[in-house]
Amino acid sequence: MGLKEKMHKQKLKYQGKKMAPAFNAFHTFLFTPNETTHSGGHIRVADDLKRTMNTVILALVPCLLFGIFNTGYQHYSAINGFPENFSLLEHFITWDNFILGAVTVLPLVIVSYGVGLLVEFIFAVIKGHEVEEGYLVTGMLVPLIVPVDTPLWMLAVAVVFGVVIGKEVFGGTGMNILNPALTIRAFLFFAYPTWMSGDKVWVHGAVERAGTADAISGETILGYLAQGNTQEMYAKYDLSEMFFGFIPGSVGETSAFLILLGGLFLIFAKIASWRIMLSAVLGSLAMGLIFNAVVDFGWIPEYSKFYGLMSFDFWKHLIVGGLAFGIVYMATDPVTGSQTNRGKWIYGFLIGFLSVMIRVFNPGYPEGVFLAILLMNVFAPTIDHYVVRGNVKRRLKRLKNATILPDRVDGTAAELKAETV
Amino acid sequence: MSKDVRIKKGLNINLVGAAEQTTSQAVSSNVYALNLDDFHGITPKMLFKEGVEVKAGEPIFYNKSREDMLFVSPVSGELVEIVRGARRRILTLKILADKEQVFHEVAPMDIEKAETSEIIEMLLKSGCWPFIKQRPYDVIANPDKTPKAIFISGYNTAPLAADVDYLLQGKEREVQAAINALGKLTPGTIHVSVGNTQTSPFAAIKGIELHKVSGPHPAGLVGTQINKIDPVNKGEIVWTIAPQDLIIIGEFLLTGRFNAERTIALAGSCIKAPKYYKTKIGAEVSTFLYASGVKEKKFRLINGNVLTGYRISPEAHLGFYNTTVTAIPEGDDYELFGWNKPVFNKISTTRALTFSWLSGKKKYDLDTNTNGEHRAFVVTGGYEEVFPLDIYPLQLLKACMVKDLDEMEQLGLYEVAPEDFSLTEFICISKQPHQKIIREGLDLLHQEIG
Repeated sequence: MGLKEKMHKQKLKYQGKKMAPAFNAFHTFLFTPNETTHSGGHIRVADDLKRTMNTVILALVPCLLFGIFNTGYQHYSAINGFPENFSLLEHFITWDNFILGAVTVLPLVIVSYGVGLLVEFIFAVIKGHEVEEGYLVTGMLVPLIVPVDTPLWMLAVAVVFGVVIGKEVFGGTGMNILNPALTIRAFLFFAYPTWMSGDKVWVHGAVERAGTADAISGETILGYLAQGNTQEMYAKYDLSEMFFGFIPGSVGETSAFLILLGGLFLIFAKIASWRIMLSAVLGSLAMGLIFNAVVDFGWIPEYSKFYGLMSFDFWKHLIVGGLAFGIVYMATDPVTGSQTNRGKWIYGFLIGFLSVMIRVFNPGYPEGVFLAILLMNVFAPTIDHYVVRGNVKRRLKRLKNATILPDRVDGTAAELKAETV
Repeated sequence: MSKDVRIKKGLNINLVGAAEQTTSQAVSSNVYALNLDDFHGITPKMLFKEGVEVKAGEPIFYNKSREDMLFVSPVSGELVEIVRGARRRILTLKILADKEQVFHEVAPMDIEKAETSEIIEMLLKSGCWPFIKQRPYDVIANPDKTPKAIFISGYNTAPLAADVDYLLQGKEREVQAAINALGKLTPGTIHVSVGNTQTSPFAAIKGIELHKVSGPHPAGLVGTQINKIDPVNKGEIVWTIAPQDLIIIGEFLLTGRFNAERTIALAGSCIKAPKYYKTKIGAEVSTFLYASGVKEKKFRLINGNVLTGYRISPEAHLGFYNTTVTAIPEGDDYELFGWNKPVFNKISTTRALTFSWLSGKKKYDLDTNTNGEHRAFVVTGGYEEVFPLDIYPLQLLKACMVKDLDEMEQLGLYEVAPEDFSLTEFICISKQPHQKIIREGLDLLHQEIG
């Protein structure tokens, strides 16, 4: 008896039992179910939610791998100094970097998936529905958008909060208003701000070495700019390093290059909305241009605390910080984003626009993409509402020329009407 | 004025097993049956008890809420069984056919001279009326209302569906007679949409406005054509008739006989020799199914096409509105890692390791597997790509699910029938039952607003 038959028997055994959703989650992970169509059309496309989510995960894997190597690279470079003549194979893709990165990053992945899926399973069993796939992507996003040294217990608490409050209380996958991964990020940010910002959290080991003789620091590019240290930043990082991602930052957000590839893959696969991505890029460029213009007009003195970020070339906003990552992987979440095509343009544009605005004006923490997306998550239904009203209005306009013909037995019907009036 | 309707959004589903254009005479069935589910929303009242002899075209039951709307027997014979379900609801009427068929005849009508009310009365009494359906609600037309237009789709784009041009070949006289009568029922136009204005039998028909439609499925659905030519507004009524039913109406008007004869396409990858058969409404499907032969033991037999038909057994009977019977493989099997491995042999509208975008013309052998489990709506933007109507499909579906009557009305539920959502249902990643949701929404709206 093969595995298929064994699993089938188990499935029948679990049918109607409390633990059925938990078993089915494993079963459907191995096998697509033997379910056949029973209402409406008799055939269905090959895609299901698992495949959709899996495709997003595939697009995230390069970012994860890069994040692992970059963790090691940033750590050793902070201790030993950055290599003079940087070579990808010699200094970046090395066993040392990989091992250190894996040891630091993989626990984050494991805790994120372990805790999150546990919560999902518990809710599925309690509510008696199947375990939905939404968390497969969330679980991958979370470790990529936190600082590398985030304590695991902290992550676990945040994941529980994010999944329960961000998603399950609304009814689970497909019903949530806020992006769960960003809810988790926001929880961490507001509950443990010292672990989420500053110059000590972005490089592995910096926190524990703080105050000792071996202290290292790893300020992000945005951190430098927020403090007005533009010259120092350019002395340390050049443009290609920013673009390819050899800079400190949250685990998976640094490589704009890989994020770009991932985004193109998702657009090609028709999984993520190109409208949101494109309009978000345009929005951030627009805001960046406005700030650049303000600086050019001389309205902002150089000693202003906003000068560093405002004078930052508008297009460079896209290759530093988490903006690119947010645009490609988080803004495009179909559940929390706008659902109409026209709405997606507005939604995406405002995300880009607000991200750069918050980034510049946020006093405590020079990054805004997660706040911008959460804010727009809240407004997405409103945007959709007005877009859909447009369609309704079009229909009402048509109604004016409607040819409503009287009933055939109009004699009696007309009389009755006259009486009631 | 005729319009060219060009549809860009949509999806052609190319399946193996299209019917070859040759027609065989099916052996006549012993028992014919009317499936009452075909007449959505009608509560039947029987005119006869079991055991009574009826003629072909003789009324056997009527619409409870409208006593002059009669439904007739497709053949002459003995009414052998009234199959009832829960709460004595009538499910099926079975008639044991006579060897020699006798028709219930009436004097043919001179349509040119007839009044509108006479034509309506005639169609109601003859059992031809149920062929006329109305939008909104996608139910049998209410004879008291006057439609602003009548729509006929002379073009079938659904997968493996019967070719309309082929069905109507040589029936121009009947079609013309039916059109003449229908022309008197509306002050508006009779819009007929065809795929090719040259070869279609409708090209020679007078009294219609001929439109050319092109593009992928659902270009051939009458709902798409209504939306593009003259959409239904609140309070407006539009009637629709399937082209094959014009033949029966026309023949009745010309000869005074309700002849239930019909050509149907037997198609699908499980059929050994897919082709057309001449048979009658209500005939047992096995009378022609096994003449063509079936390839597999486990197959799904469908009264209708794969997108809108309903499941039947070989012993079941041809539906009242059908021109297609399809057989495709059942897909009740597991597939190891079916959700993440590359897929080459199934259709997909995405490119998420699915490769149907590489080979546009390839014909697929799809089975009935859902390829995944039912989920809440998650993905957005996909439906719009295959939904050419000026309606927001996802929002309308959700409005129907939460039974928000105002929203359903405003978003255009009046304009659609369940079949208009058959493609969005096909591509639905969350495997939601779109057609069922829309049907329930329409029923609710009909019941509440009427």
